[in-house]
Amino acid sequence: MSTARHSPARSIAAHAVLIAYTIIALFPVFVIIVNSFKSRRAIFADPLALPTAETFDLVGYQTVLKQGDFLLYFQNSMIVTVGSLFLVLLFGAMAAFALSEYRFRGNSLMALYLALGIMIPIRLGTVAILQLMVASGLVNTLTALILVYTAQGLPLAVFILSEFMRGVSDDLKSAGRIDGLSEYTIFFRLVLPLVRPAMATVAVFTMIPIWNDLWFPLILAPSEATKTITLGSQVFIGQFVTNWNAVLAALGLAIVPVLVLYLIFSRQLIRGITAGAVK
Amino acid sequence: MGALTLSSVTKAFGKTEVIRGVDLTVNDGEFCVFVGPSGCGKSTLLRMIAGLEDVTSGDVAIDGERINELAPARREIAMVFQSYALYPHLTVRQNMSLALKQLGKPRAEIIAAADKAAGMLALEPLMDRRPSELSGGQRQRVAIGRAIVRTPKLFLFDEPLSNLDAALRVATRIEIARLHRELGATMIYVTHDQVEAMTLADKIVVLHAGRVEQVGHPMTLYNDPDNMFVAGFIGSPAMNFLKAGTLGLRSATVGVRPEHIEVSDRAGRIEGRVSHLEKLGGETLTYVQTEDHGMLTVRQFGEYDHPVDGTVWLSPDQSRAFHFDAAGQRMR
Ligand SMILES: Nc1ncnc2c1ncn2[C@@H]1O[C@H](COP(=O)(O)OP(=O)(O)O)[C@@H](O)[C@H]1O
Ligand SMILES: [Mg+2]
Repeated sequence: MSTARHSPARSIAAHAVLIAYTIIALFPVFVIIVNSFKSRRAIFADPLALPTAETFDLVGYQTVLKQGDFLLYFQNSMIVTVGSLFLVLLFGAMAAFALSEYRFRGNSLMALYLALGIMIPIRLGTVAILQLMVASGLVNTLTALILVYTAQGLPLAVFILSEFMRGVSDDLKSAGRIDGLSEYTIFFRLVLPLVRPAMATVAVFTMIPIWNDLWFPLILAPSEATKTITLGSQVFIGQFVTNWNAVLAALGLAIVPVLVLYLIFSRQLIRGITAGAVK
Repeated sequence: MGALTLSSVTKAFGKTEVIRGVDLTVNDGEFCVFVGPSGCGKSTLLRMIAGLEDVTSGDVAIDGERINELAPARREIAMVFQSYALYPHLTVRQNMSLALKQLGKPRAEIIAAADKAAGMLALEPLMDRRPSELSGGQRQRVAIGRAIVRTPKLFLFDEPLSNLDAALRVATRIEIARLHRELGATMIYVTHDQVEAMTLADKIVVLHAGRVEQVGHPMTLYNDPDNMFVAGFIGSPAMNFLKAGTLGLRSATVGVRPEHIEVSDRAGRIEGRVSHLEKLGGETLTYVQTEDHGMLTVRQFGEYDHPVDGTVWLSPDQSRAFHFDAAGQRMR
């Protein structure tokens, strides 16, 4: 603990930088939320003003909720995001455990192969994916989206988690084997709880692109029954007229579920860090 | 019951040979210590006995039965690790009971076994705590308790005291020796600390670069080492090695223990300059820089004073010296 690290000047500088970053990052969100509560005229007259008694208008939210299927869109987004997240975490962690724990021929080649997916955008394969989905009759199903997002999320998950699993005490796993625990029990009961912070990190990184994606819902599941929230909001954006109240309200609402998921994971993250480790 | 036999056991990680042909017998009830410098393959050998690493070639047998392919849990062994390796999500009692539970033993039997082990190690007040609520010494006692509960044929210890502070290390060492007497079980104990090896072992196995250098009773290794490595490794402070040629002897190297060199201010065989002095109360260690033999250590019992940078004369006790040939093998 050097005293320099705790000097007030440094502390102020660090906080200033962090606060500046927070403001920049939150500003668009702030603008969206503020404007979603204003009348159309007020949005264009002064986009940065807070809603006043005069300009306050819930018409955006009314439109969105009247649009009827919005709850369904929400539900679809939730199912796709949570489903993909579950599969990414489960298979990602299992693959990472195998790569970090077992010595087998082609281990490092396999790790490299799995990591390649981080660098190659999955959208390059859109046409092939669409053909595949058509052939297997999965077009316009949420399953199609979950499968694609699972594939999209796995490379990074395997990469990050295998790095963390290498750090889990060998002795603990050995003790488990000597006590007769199965490899599954060792994985689920001993290793996974110790890499929980990494799991939370992976969850956050995986979740947000899935929730925000417009591309694959548009191509693979554009039907009314399978629309996600991002796709559903597009009805308000027209070629000539855009219903800004509705778009902003939809976006404002769309933030809520991710925020909730994020809060859940960040709590896990902190709990994971503070839980007593092996030593 | 618990005799271990290793026959020409080798281990290679890829192309690196880590264990290069080890033959060893550990008798039932014996306390056997593997000792050697860091990285010489002690842990690897122990993990092969436990079944945690495959044997590349050779045979591992317990009570005459080959167990090369047997899963660790079925070998009737228990292991204690340097990092304790307690299950963080289980209480002390659950930690100690897990192995028996996995074997499907009846509840009453498990509780009785855990209570008995807890009694032997004075763990009763800790039974409902989690590992994160225990000190290092308590954790290692729990880990030892977990091993006892299984009543294994073979206890395996991998540097169990290395994470403890000096006082606890001595206390736990004594406790392990007591347990060995009470249980009469076969124990194999890995350490790089030769004091632990000397004080605990019935039989010491000195390992060096994956090979066994010598096997024997601690006093045999001390008084009758087979080669320079064992002579230098066993005994603290380490043996001095002198160039025999300059002393007019026909061997290549002469080994003399620090307590078998006499110091004088006036006359002697080897001239040197005192470079450092360590007074420990009961004994005095003098480090003397010499021209022909490098740094030599002298141990005198009692309190002595030799001015640092002063000149002293050393006379090794030739009758108690060990002679080694050019390959480092003992010439008897
Ligand atoms: N899983 C492994 N893969 C490759 N090399 C290993 C592995 N485990 C141990 N080694 C090597 O084997 C040698 C002996 O290791 P170890 O048995 O842990 O030594 P010790 O316990 O005597 O300090 C070391 O050189 C180490 O680098
Ligand atoms: Mg070791």
